[in-house]
Amino acid sequence: MVEAFEPKVVAFCCHYCAYSAADLAGSMRLEYSPNVRIVKLMCTGRVDIIHLLKAFEDGADTVFVAGCEEGACHFLEGNMKAKQRVAQTRKLLKEIGLEPERLEMFHISASNAPLFAAACNEMTERARKLGPNPLRKEIVKAK
Amino acid sequence: MIVGDRKPFDEIKDNIRDYKKILILGCGTCVSVCQAGGEKEVELLASELRIANKLAGKDVEIGQATIKRQCDKEFIEPIVEKAKQYDAVLSMACGAGVQLVADVMEPKPVIPALNTDFIGITESPGTWVERCQACGNCLLEKTGGICPITRCAKGLLNGPCGGTKDGMCEVDTKKPCAWTLIYQRLEKQGKLDIFDEYNPPRNFQAVVMPGKVTKS
Repeated sequence: MVEAFEPKVVAFCCHYCAYSAADLAGSMRLEYSPNVRIVKLMCTGRVDIIHLLKAFEDGADTVFVAGCEEGACHFLEGNMKAKQRVAQTRKLLKEIGLEPERLEMFHISASNAPLFAAACNEMTERARKLGPNPLRKEIVKAK
Repeated sequence: MIVGDRKPFDEIKDNIRDYKKILILGCGTCVSVCQAGGEKEVELLASELRIANKLAGKDVEIGQATIKRQCDKEFIEPIVEKAKQYDAVLSMACGAGVQLVADVMEPKPVIPALNTDFIGITESPGTWVERCQACGNCLLEKTGGICPITRCAKGLLNGPCGGTKDGMCEVDTKKPCAWTLIYQRLEKQGKLDIFDEYNPPRNFQAVVMPGKVTKS
């Protein structure tokens, strides 16, 4: 029997905003996609292109980085650096043959739990639309 | 420092298409500073190649290493044993580094992953500009520390030409006129008398290719 495709979504979330928004989404009993795995960071400025590429290499179907709103970074401009890196990684993904839409940057304030839930749902939907990351087949085969 | 930039991904992929085991070799000096071929860039290129190869259904082993300098034999020698396990080396150094690695590891194919651009400086984070053409006959003492051979679009030794306008160059109006900069610098230094001195044409016959310097 062929198993139904369940997307794997990796979210790099900033402690000061998106991660708190995720926490609040829980407190608010908001329902959102269970396919999201959160990687908590002290600031999205820590996200490097290699982290995003490795996530895809290890089989993530979609990846998103969620940082503070523009101009509201706890470390002044970490979120803007992350935004540039996400844009650069999207170019690299296109170059190497993966859909750039598999990667996205969001700006979510700590109080905006509904936006966090919407981002999770959107990236899960996107993964369903694009289909599984082609690298996943290789990973399953290797196992 | 030597400034380089990475070749387009497709070109690199095409150049290494025949090899099954490739060692990506970074250089920890100049190209590391200009973010083209250091440890981090090696890691990125390795990841990109792994993904592209998997997508193409190709089974290629990618190894990674970065040495302090590829333009010095003593740094290359410790990596020779490791390189023996690979079909080819993809060097992320400048042209000089690639050539020395190819000499030391002969007959192993050594393929360049960068285009070497110029000798330059960091203008701002992420921007590097050319400052020296290594002409072998420095005249910076006469030009207030601004090289007209590199920074003047026409490489004039006596300037400015008639095309300078509002301190900008006529060839590229976004770039400052080197000779205007030289005039302003000498004026600040109170050495405008040097500006009147005539610089004779460069003697290109004196330049021997390839250059060689030996300390006695």
